Amino acid sequence: MAGQLSIAKALNEALRKSLESDPKTVLMGEDIGKLGGVFRITDGLQKDFGDDRVIDTPLAESGIVGTAIGLALRGYRPVVEIQFDGFVYPAFDQIVSQLAKMHARALGHVKMPITVRIPFGGGIGAVEHHSESHEAYFAHTAGLRVVSPSNAHDAHWMLRQAIESDDPVVFLEPKRRYWDKGEVGEDPMLPLHSARVVRPGTDATLIAYGPMVKVCQEAAQAAEEDGRRLEVVDLRSLSPIDFATLEESVKRTGRGIVVHEAPVFLGLGAELAARLTERCFYHLEAPILRVGGYHAPYPPSRVEETYLPDLDRVLDAVDRALAF
Amino acid sequence: MTVKSTSRARKKAAPGVPDPARAGVGAEPELVQLLTPEGDRVEHPEFPLTVTPEELRSLYRDLVLVRRFDAEATSLQRQGELGLWASLLGQEAAQVGSGRAMRPGDYAFPTYREHGVAWCRDVDPLNLLGMFRGVNNGGWDPNEKNFHLYTIVIGAQTLHATGYAMGITKDGADDAVIAYFGDGASSQGDVNEAFTFASVYNSPVVFFCQNNQWAISEPTTVQTRIPLYRRASGFGFPGVRVDGNDVLAVLAVTRWALDHARTGQGPVLVEAFTYRMGAHTTSDDPTRYRQSEETEAWKAKDPILRLKAHLEKEGLADEAFFAEVEAESEKLGLRVREGVRSMPDPDPTLIFDHAYSEPHPLVDEERAEYEAYAASFEGGEHH
Repeated sequence: MAGQLSIAKALNEALRKSLESDPKTVLMGEDIGKLGGVFRITDGLQKDFGDDRVIDTPLAESGIVGTAIGLALRGYRPVVEIQFDGFVYPAFDQIVSQLAKMHARALGHVKMPITVRIPFGGGIGAVEHHSESHEAYFAHTAGLRVVSPSNAHDAHWMLRQAIESDDPVVFLEPKRRYWDKGEVGEDPMLPLHSARVVRPGTDATLIAYGPMVKVCQEAAQAAEEDGRRLEVVDLRSLSPIDFATLEESVKRTGRGIVVHEAPVFLGLGAELAARLTERCFYHLEAPILRVGGYHAPYPPSRVEETYLPDLDRVLDAVDRALAF
Repeated sequence: MTVKSTSRARKKAAPGVPDPARAGVGAEPELVQLLTPEGDRVEHPEFPLTVTPEELRSLYRDLVLVRRFDAEATSLQRQGELGLWASLLGQEAAQVGSGRAMRPGDYAFPTYREHGVAWCRDVDPLNLLGMFRGVNNGGWDPNEKNFHLYTIVIGAQTLHATGYAMGITKDGADDAVIAYFGDGASSQGDVNEAFTFASVYNSPVVFFCQNNQWAISEPTTVQTRIPLYRRASGFGFPGVRVDGNDVLAVLAVTRWALDHARTGQGPVLVEAFTYRMGAHTTSDDPTRYRQSEETEAWKAKDPILRLKAHLEKEGLADEAFFAEVEAESEKLGLRVREGVRSMPDPDPTLIFDHAYSEPHPLVDEERAEYEAYAASFEGGEHH
């Protein structure tokens, strides 16, 4: 695996390894066969594993997740692809009422080892419904695990860990980073639900996941030129959340800023701010601040740069945090 | 009955509402029937059935015990022992006939009203009552009797059934799946998606629609303008309408459908034409939306009376047999009553027990918080 891989290729390799290691693993989704998926994440897999294991499905998201549940009941380990973030809503009942609750309803007698892969987030100049960040809905639902990698190494290993999990995992892929390359190591290095400090610092902690990690790393780089040392934590797992790593960092820096593409209002940042305030109250030099999307439908692509947090908006929040 | 109610509905039909006559409400000639309401055996060229007197008595026993269990549950709800009950009254033959058509390796995906199918799958009736009493949200191991948990969101289980059937095909097994749903569910996207998936993957699943004429207060004319079994043709598989109050016809048709599915010929839609004699649930009041004449007319088609009439006419059962079944049904009623009344409330920490199958730090943290809070009360227990 050594060498530079794009996130897309790292995911593709992860699916290949999972198909190789467990004959019960099956992939399901729209256009994932000959086409290899609209983002080519499943490229070549149907050719190598057959259309019995890499299954082109009818265009019906509820049907994809619902039948995956039935396959799981029969002992299979389905990995389903939702083609774009905005297309997952027709499957909402099957995910939040059926998939998430099945294990509890059966008092633990059945497991739901299903991974729901969703390319999410904006920044690719797409038409509407192709740029959504809906992680809060899923993180809000008990029974689901929600993760999002930010780099090729994590994309590969977190997907393999998600597929191995006996609980349902919503796996959010940062679609605008699909072609970013990075080293993929020989082992995962961290458990699936751990956060990682990706840049050490002392003055404030930037907390991000998925596509926003890179923005925060760039912001931290820029801030360093002004003599500010910002720590960047890649959350990686959105449910459960590794609060121990966050708490340690925020207590040390005294300031925390959460950055995500999703609307700020009732976004993941709200929960992070509340919990970090409880845990770090006497160490805080400023309230936990949030940078994110506005409380408006995701905008047309010509103005999405205004909607999406960028380096300047992150640094503006850093200024505000440091001004307290 | 059907002609009367049809003409009445036609007069009242609002603009834009499809003509009920076209919904096939009165299309009884299309019903597959092997036992008339009077208890006479009739033949159907496509669905021959040979049953021994022993099998007929056994079916009768099933029908009586299932009805008794159901009546007991309704009473227990009235006594405050259950929060809710969804009665199957009137649908016993549809459920017992289809349930008895299954082989041990077949798998049933019920709605929340398939108590008769559960009976045939040998699921303990008390297990069904847990969720209606509020001590769990399902609770049994679906794989133990190949009977899935009850599903309350209408139609969602038809997709689970189809996925399970897709798995059977992958395994190269000759099991089949039966997916229960109702006339109301036929409008759901999930049901139509299940038809599509099952059709294109040629999955071994029988879609068993109990058309009991009412989706709470809405008649079938609000769901469809063609007979429901004809929906199958648009998806490319066979549909059959069977007299749902005729346990023999349901048995024959479902057995055929399951064999059709298990032999690689793909899905079948069975529409069991029946009637919900009771309310939708114990919270419902059908007097607000349907006429008692209609219910009375369906009483004449009662599934138990017709089998009893047949057994008596043909001399296949004696008084001792009927008394024995009656005694058994009393015993079942008692067991259900006592079982429900002594069903303990779960420990409150059940809330946390099965949210996830693998450890989850937030759940662990909240459990610890709750336990500490509960322990802070005098006596260490919070009620």
